[in-house]
Formats: sequence, C-alpha cells, structure tokens
Amino acid sequence: MNIIVPIKQVPNLTDELEINGEGNNLDHEALQYVLNEFDEHALEEAVLTKESASGTVTVVGVDTTGELDGALHTALAKGADKAAKITGDFPRGTDSHTQARLLAEAIKDMSPDIVLTGVQAADDRDGQIGPMIAAHLGMPYVGVVTGVTVSGGKAVLHKEYAGGVMAEFEVSLPMVVGVQAAHQPPRYAPVSKIRQIAKTAKIDEIAGGEAAGAGSTVRRMFKPESAGHAEMWEGSPEEVAEKIAGLIRDKGLLRG
Amino acid sequence: MANDVFVLAEHLNGKLADITFEMAGKAKELATGFGGRAVAVLLGSGAKSLAESIGADAVLYVDDPALAEFNPEAYSRVLAALIKERGPRLVMMGNTSAGMDLGAGLSVMAGLPLIAYVNGLAADGGALVATSQIYGGKIQAEAVPDGKACLVSCLAGAFPADSGRVGAGLAPAPVEQIASPVSLDGLKVKFVKLIQPEGGDVDITQQLILVSIGRGIGGQENIELAQELAEALGTAVSASRPITDAGWLPKTRQVGKSGLTVKPKVYLAFGISGAPEHLEGMRGAELIIAVNTDPKAPIFDVAHYGATCDMLDLLPALTEKVKG
Repeated sequence: MNIIVPIKQVPNLTDELEINGEGNNLDHEALQYVLNEFDEHALEEAVLTKESASGTVTVVGVDTTGELDGALHTALAKGADKAAKITGDFPRGTDSHTQARLLAEAIKDMSPDIVLTGVQAADDRDGQIGPMIAAHLGMPYVGVVTGVTVSGGKAVLHKEYAGGVMAEFEVSLPMVVGVQAAHQPPRYAPVSKIRQIAKTAKIDEIAGGEAAGAGSTVRRMFKPESAGHAEMWEGSPEEVAEKIAGLIRDKGLLRG
Repeated sequence: MANDVFVLAEHLNGKLADITFEMAGKAKELATGFGGRAVAVLLGSGAKSLAESIGADAVLYVDDPALAEFNPEAYSRVLAALIKERGPRLVMMGNTSAGMDLGAGLSVMAGLPLIAYVNGLAADGGALVATSQIYGGKIQAEAVPDGKACLVSCLAGAFPADSGRVGAGLAPAPVEQIASPVSLDGLKVKFVKLIQPEGGDVDITQQLILVSIGRGIGGQENIELAQELAEALGTAVSASRPITDAGWLPKTRQVGKSGLTVKPKVYLAFGISGAPEHLEGMRGAELIIAVNTDPKAPIFDVAHYGATCDMLDLLPALTEKVKG
C-alpha cells in the first residue's frame, strides 16, 4: 500500500496577521508558518492506515517558506517513511491551484494507492488542494472524512455532514481523501527524535514546474469589522463569576 | 445563457438545505446585474418536487438513479458536463461538506477560477467581485476573476434565505427536467448509507443554558471542572471541535458547522477562540458570555459579555456561586 500525504504550510493563526503595504496580501515575511492542522490529521490517518494495512507513507509538500524540512522531519518522526519537497520559485502564500498542480505532478510518479490530505487549509482562498489533486490525477475524491478503513483495493469512508449526520462511501482505489479528523488525535513526536531524524533523514527534492495561478486577483485584503464587541469585565475570577452568576439568575436559570 | 448564474441545490433526506435558498436569492440579484437568469441546478432521483420551493428564475432538474444520494463523483461529472454545455457566467456552490467536494475539482476540470469561502458577492458594473473569509475568519479578501466565468463556494449564512425561497411574493420557477448529460456508469465512489448521530446522550440543542469549552481547557483532566459547573446548573457540557476531535467529549456535544446548532438562553463559552466553524453553530444564542485569555479572540465579537481571566480559576468560582 502506497500512501501519499500532500501537505501545505500556513501562517500561524495565533500570530497577529498584518496586511502588506499594497493592501492586497498578507505581510508574509513577518509571519511564522506551521503545518496546516488538517494535514496533521491526514498524516495521523495515513500512519494508522499503514499500521493496520501495511505499506509506506510518503509526505510531500511545496517548499514555499524555505523551512519545509522541519515539517517533513516532524512527519518522519511521527511515522512517515519518506519525505519529498517540491522546490522552485514559489513564495509564501503560493495559491492552491499552483500547489495542487505541482503536487499532482510529483504524486503521479509515485503511483499512489491512496492520497490523504487535509480537507482544507486556512489560506485556501482559491479552493482546497485535495479535489484539485484528484482532478489532475483523474481519481475520485471524497472530503470531510473522519475515518478511513482500507482493505482489498477499496476504502470505506465516513464523511461528515452538518448536525452529526454522516454518510458512508465505498471507493475503489486509487483515490484522494480530504481528511477532517483522524481516528485518533495526531500523535506527538519528541523534539529529541525530530532532531535525530533531521541529522540523518534524506529528503527527495523535486524541481517544480510552472505555477498555475489562482485565476482570480485579490484587489483588497482587510480585517473584518466586527458588528459589535462584548462588554469586557475586568477583575478577578471571583468577581467575574459573581457577574456571570448574576446574569444567569436574571434569566431565571438558577436552580433552587 | 452566457450570463446565467447557476446555483447548486443541496439536499439531504428529502429536504433542501438553507444554503440553497441563500444562494438562490443572491443569484437573482447578480443575474439581474449580468443580464442573465438565476438557474438552480437540482440533481436527484424522483426529487422534482423539491424544485417547487426554490425561488430562482428557472430550475434545471437532472434526474438519474445514480443521483439519489449525494455522490461527489457523480455530481462532479454532471456539473462538469453542464458547465461545458451551457457555459454559465457564474456557478455558486455551498462551502459545505458537499460543496467542498466539488468546487475545487470542477475548477481544474472546467479550467475556471474558484473563489472559495465567499461571504460577499456583488456585480460591480457587470463585473463580479467576491469577498472571501480566510485565515480562520481573521481576514477578508476581495477578489475579481481573471476571466469572465467563475465558480464560487459560499459560506452558510452569508446571504438571507428568504430572498430565495418561494413564498412571500416569490412564485415557483419553471422546471426543465433532463436526463444526465453524461454517463454515470462505472462510478468508483459508491454511496453505502447515511449514519444518524447516536442517540442516548444529552441533547445539547434542548438545553436552556450551556457550558461550552474549547482548547483553553488545556487538558482532559480539566473537563471535570466544566462538568461540575454544568451539573450545578442542571445542564450539560458542550464543546468546540478540537475537544470532540480529541475524544474528550462525544461528537453529540459538538457545537458548530460540522456539529449541532444551539440557541440556548445563555451560552457560556470558556476557552473558545471563536473560529467561523464554531460561531455558525451558536451565534443565535440569546445571551453569550465568553471567557478567553486572548482579548483579540473572535468570540468576543459575537459575545455580549466577556472576560480574559483564567477559565480554570473561574470555573470552580462560578460553580460555588451557582450552588449558592
């Protein structure tokens, strides 16, 4: 079983996001990048699949930050077998269409049985890479998946709808899956292990082809103006608790 | 037809999703600007009657047994064929579980741009301007397609549903029923069944007050603190997605787009940052009180009252007060 996990780096959303001078993009150079959280789940599901059905897990990403090695080393420490990076003139914030095409070109040569990627990323302004990779490879795609079980050339998937309803699909491999959540929370890799792997690991380098382009142009980027804001309470937890209890009492919702 | 606006109708269990009406209403406004029609595209099997409630200018109903349930592969094939055949100006889909399986793939197949996570659309002098909500709701990006035609995926709740629902001055649209324009044989994706949420747990949609927790709870061992407060209030603990994904609470407790929508009288949001996914499920609560150590957390934009103290200190203090 050849399992491929395409990954994407995204800005760390806990940082303050600043807009550039032209007002049409983020000030990417000022940002820290992290692995897309849904890709963490895709990697976990890939490693779980390998552990239950055997096979190899290859993680591949477009190096848009010059720092992808760190994410790849971490993936190897978590149980991936191989890592590859696509290099070229692809700056931070490279659009999804370009990343998907570069990834599809690389994955095509890896003859995958199943491709597991994050269902979405915080910077997917021009769409999610999973369905794009599937379209390029001529493979079926099912996303918003919370469980993948592979056996006998088929995958059984659980896809989430709203309100806790799920649909079960059975799909002939090869296919691309957009992972919402792995069967279990993504595992942790100790820093010492990652450091050790960083010393010895071999990362395949793939020269990227042409950029695809998003097909649309951002004219303006801005922070949303909130319609309102909470009235903020200062004070100790004790004082805040008193205020909350008072409001609950006013609503007639205190028992006794 | 080159100026028509297509809207993909979404339905589950014989019922149209609200996003269908939300998009249909917006599509009519845009189609007027483009000089075309708003055409709802309904895919199904024996589902023609669903067309009656969609307030579009026309409904294109594709009937095929393979379309009885949502199937991303079958839907993609049909939509790609319709886009090629009829050349709409704009195709609107939901940024929903179903729509997210389709838009990006169709963009590649049809060679058309996709603008995703859209919560604003306007026809500016005949040109489309689409605004996306990205980076976890922290940034809005206003974009124009490079060519004339475009696909967009729209966030649930972005547009009013009533302007696209039959009734209140809106008459049913004429329905054109066709067979699938493309063969649906040999599908690799097979729909097996729908799985309803497990019963037996507390129904969080029926509670008058909810104690809701997010990442700020820190660890599984702290959930007990929220449970004690919930018990004192005679209610249950609900949560944002990371908590149920971690398995700390069952899925039946998840509030948000992919969980449940709740409208209690009081919603206590503790350690919840307020990602769009979560806000979609709780912004209708009567009174929202949020506690989060990050004063810039988006939850404070929808909350009525807020505090930035440590929830782990607050929880036991509040439990004491509630117990009286």
